[in-house]
Amino acid sequence: MSDHAIEHPQAPGLRRFLRRFRTNRTALVAAVVLALVTIISLSAPLLAPYSLHEIDVPNRLSGPTPEHWLGTDSLGRDTLSRLMYAGQVSLAAAGLAVAIAIVLGVPLGLLAGYRGGVLDWLLGRGADVLMTFPAVVLAMAIIAATGPGLTNAMIALGVVYSPRLFRVVRSATLSVRQETYVEASISIGTPALSIIARRILPNVLSPLLVQISLMLAAALLAEAALSLLGLGVVPPTPSWGGLLGVGFTEIRTTPLLVWLPGIAIAITTLSFNLIGDGLRDALGRETRKGD
Amino acid sequence: MLLLIARRLLVTIPLLILVSFLIYSLIALVPGDPAVTLAGQDPTPEQIAAAREELGLTDPFIVQYWHWLVNAVQLDFGASLFNSEPVASAIAARLPATLSLTVLALLIAILLGVAAGTLAGLRPGSWIDRVATFSASVGVAVPYFWVGMILVLLFAIQTPLFPAIGYVPIGDGVLTWASHLILPATALAIAPAAVIARQTRAAVANVMTEDYVRTAEAKGLPRSRVVGKHALKNAALPVVTVFGIEANRLIGGTVVIEQLFAIPGVGQLAFTSVFSRDMPMVQGVLLTTAVLILLINLLVDVSYGYFNPRVRQL
Amino acid sequence: MRTGQPNQPTGGTASELLRISELRVDFATEHGWANVLGGVSLDIHDGEIVGLVGESGSGKTVTGLSILGLVPSPPGRTSGGHIWLHDEDLTEVAEPRLRQIRGNEISMIFQEPMTSLNPAFTVGDQISETFRRHRRASRKQGTQRAVEVLDLVGIPNAATRVHAYPHEFSGGMRQRAMIAMALCCDPRLIIADEPTTALDVTVQSQILDLLRSMRAEIGTGILFITHDLGVVAELCDRVVVMYGGEVVETAPVHDLFQLPRHPYTEGLLSAMPQLGSRTAKLASIPGHTPEPWAMPNGCRFGPRCTYHQESCSESPVALESAGTERQARCARLAELNLRGAS
Ligand SMILES: Nc1ncnc2c1ncn2[C@@H]1O[C@H](COP(=O)(O)OP(=O)(O)OP(=O)(O)O)[C@@H](O)[C@H]1O
Ligand SMILES: [Mg+2]
Repeated sequence: MSDHAIEHPQAPGLRRFLRRFRTNRTALVAAVVLALVTIISLSAPLLAPYSLHEIDVPNRLSGPTPEHWLGTDSLGRDTLSRLMYAGQVSLAAAGLAVAIAIVLGVPLGLLAGYRGGVLDWLLGRGADVLMTFPAVVLAMAIIAATGPGLTNAMIALGVVYSPRLFRVVRSATLSVRQETYVEASISIGTPALSIIARRILPNVLSPLLVQISLMLAAALLAEAALSLLGLGVVPPTPSWGGLLGVGFTEIRTTPLLVWLPGIAIAITTLSFNLIGDGLRDALGRETRKGD
Repeated sequence: MLLLIARRLLVTIPLLILVSFLIYSLIALVPGDPAVTLAGQDPTPEQIAAAREELGLTDPFIVQYWHWLVNAVQLDFGASLFNSEPVASAIAARLPATLSLTVLALLIAILLGVAAGTLAGLRPGSWIDRVATFSASVGVAVPYFWVGMILVLLFAIQTPLFPAIGYVPIGDGVLTWASHLILPATALAIAPAAVIARQTRAAVANVMTEDYVRTAEAKGLPRSRVVGKHALKNAALPVVTVFGIEANRLIGGTVVIEQLFAIPGVGQLAFTSVFSRDMPMVQGVLLTTAVLILLINLLVDVSYGYFNPRVRQL
Repeated sequence: MRTGQPNQPTGGTASELLRISELRVDFATEHGWANVLGGVSLDIHDGEIVGLVGESGSGKTVTGLSILGLVPSPPGRTSGGHIWLHDEDLTEVAEPRLRQIRGNEISMIFQEPMTSLNPAFTVGDQISETFRRHRRASRKQGTQRAVEVLDLVGIPNAATRVHAYPHEFSGGMRQRAMIAMALCCDPRLIIADEPTTALDVTVQSQILDLLRSMRAEIGTGILFITHDLGVVAELCDRVVVMYGGEVVETAPVHDLFQLPRHPYTEGLLSAMPQLGSRTAKLASIPGHTPEPWAMPNGCRFGPRCTYHQESCSESPVALESAGTERQARCARLAELNLRGAS
């Protein structure tokens, strides 16, 4: 470890970073809550009291009862079970969008930051253009062209979000690239890929983690908005946004159908945000900047 | 100051051209032959030909774009593929509702955010600060569309204070106009207010320790002027920066909110045209949104000059 | 100037402008409460210029801030003492009254000219604002007054420079703008915290002339905080020497220079190369000021004092009369014969 540190004067101190993160109680609680939400959603097939489409017509639109802890919807389907299954879909959808953003944004950010020049300029302007639009609006426009559906919607969101990662990675890369020890490695002919993997990626990782955590929250919200409008996840597949959309039509009789999916989304986004804030605080120098 | 505006315009216009190119390129994403895909369900050959004509697909791509751009500059965005309504007039008819909603929501966000952030920043660590900071965390995370639904439930259904849906032009009376917009605007304002509050808190807490605030106190100014004039004008810069970002997000939110509250605005038009894949309309809406957002960014940039005199001479 | 009465713990007399008695200020630090002012007493008469000298960290600025009730809280607190402005106790008066006094009856020129002006407003606005607040004047009258005082402190083209922003001013000009701001309401007392440090010698003597004429024309009393004994000799009527948050000696200026009664004052004088030189700085007493959370027992100067005896560190030393109109805080006051400035 010690000569490692000499070799990397700018090493990110990932360990110290994680240690500082662990002392942040709020972020830690958020991480636990998020883990619970994820585990409960993923084990829906095991835990859910009813199957996804099981209909109990006599008990439709019921409030909480011993049989249906959180009531039922207009077809008499069990809300608790549907929330659990919907969680799978929503989390997976948000994850997919962010994964696409990573696949697009990170390599391009590394490239632009490492190479600089015209390429950097062009990619930078491209990012500016994409960032001009509100994420949901641009994603909708892409969906208009490609057609609706979960995958299309998440690809669209991924594309729309990629410039944010691009910018973070680019500026982190640029600052490491200008360190003397990196310039020295380059001048003695170390291959670019090896420099990127060994010197640059470790430094990019921390700010990237912060951004990814915050982006998961944003993607979850955007996915819910699109599904609510019927442009993302479409029925009969349940998602939290979709449940909210259907629930809204019953708001006068069964407000619970609006309260519950909303609370599920809010708790999850809050957790992602708090984790992101915790990571950012653990990163220290990022916090005080205005942007 | 004028120079500053001119310089910003010089950056904005090329960006707008790039943006327009992106908007036009969306057509290229349409799978298969766009004319066939977009002409509607089971199109007749005439409908396909009409769609091809309307979309200008007969020329090479860059020529198509050029024609579209030249027309767009003259506020001619073509016509809807569905009802042949000119896109420009459809948007113009819906702009007032969206602008009303957006401006009101931004006002609420600023007032709420700056007030809460200032109170918190004046006494860091106090209970006001802790309540404000916690509320801000929640405010950023709650889905705005859900907040809208809950507001309808609480203030339109359970306690019928405001109408649940609909829009009344401001010409028909400011009060009815406002009463229709207050719930959707509040729903849109919560998250930006939270972000603005956080930023204001940090900036105010920072500025209050500056020497010039002590100077203002030493002059015997009342507290309200020390804070309202000397501290806030300096704290405004970082707040204005997030304001630009939040305005962008808020405008995105109008699409869902207009749908929920049945407000006949541009957002609703965006939704219906996306749903029916009416590309000319989608493009027109996108361009309108982009212009609106670039205008806001321009205002933000220019306001830097007001808040920070040093920027003016650059 | 001073007519020489014994210190009384009561309100002031007719010619007495300000009397601070036994003022204690503490700051919260990571080491607990640190005592920064340990019972400071001093007085200033109408039209009198009192020099307040002492090393960095001795509590000069905190004393000045206390007079205006501007000690930042938290972390600071005033834990005892009184500040009489004529017969008003500033430690007791209500906040609104204090705000009437600040900038109007008492004004302060701060040590940091670069950061004490608000970068977001014009210099003229910041001056005229003070005038308008206290004189209920119009905007136009305010600007007029700003031009007047800027002219007074020697800003060229004051009529156009009022509209400039602080960043368009050099350090020296900002310092002068701060002084102009302090003058604009003709205060009865000016607290000048190292007002001439940023200025070159010609401007410095202009400013000193200006302060003298303020005193002569409107009878302004001045508390002049400085490191520079040369300026003290030239300008002040009386000197108060502070060390470690305490007044260690106070005397009419000539008496102090001729015959210091406290070893610390002797050290200051011997560190001064030449009487009248304006560049002299207090520097070469060995050791350094104690940190406020680690004050020595007994005499606070003890550890650095050449005349130190064990008895000096046994109990706190009181400020005692040391001849006509002068006092010193030394356990060996009676036995020591100290050297003055040559
Ligand atoms: N805001 C504050 N918080 C904590 N301690 C403070 C604060 N302001 C002053 N102090 C402490 O009070 C003591 C006296 O400071 P003060 O600024 O009065 O010194 P000074 O005599 O004016 O020094 P200088 O000649 O450097 O201006 C110092 O030990 C300082 O650390
Ligand atoms: Mg000082």
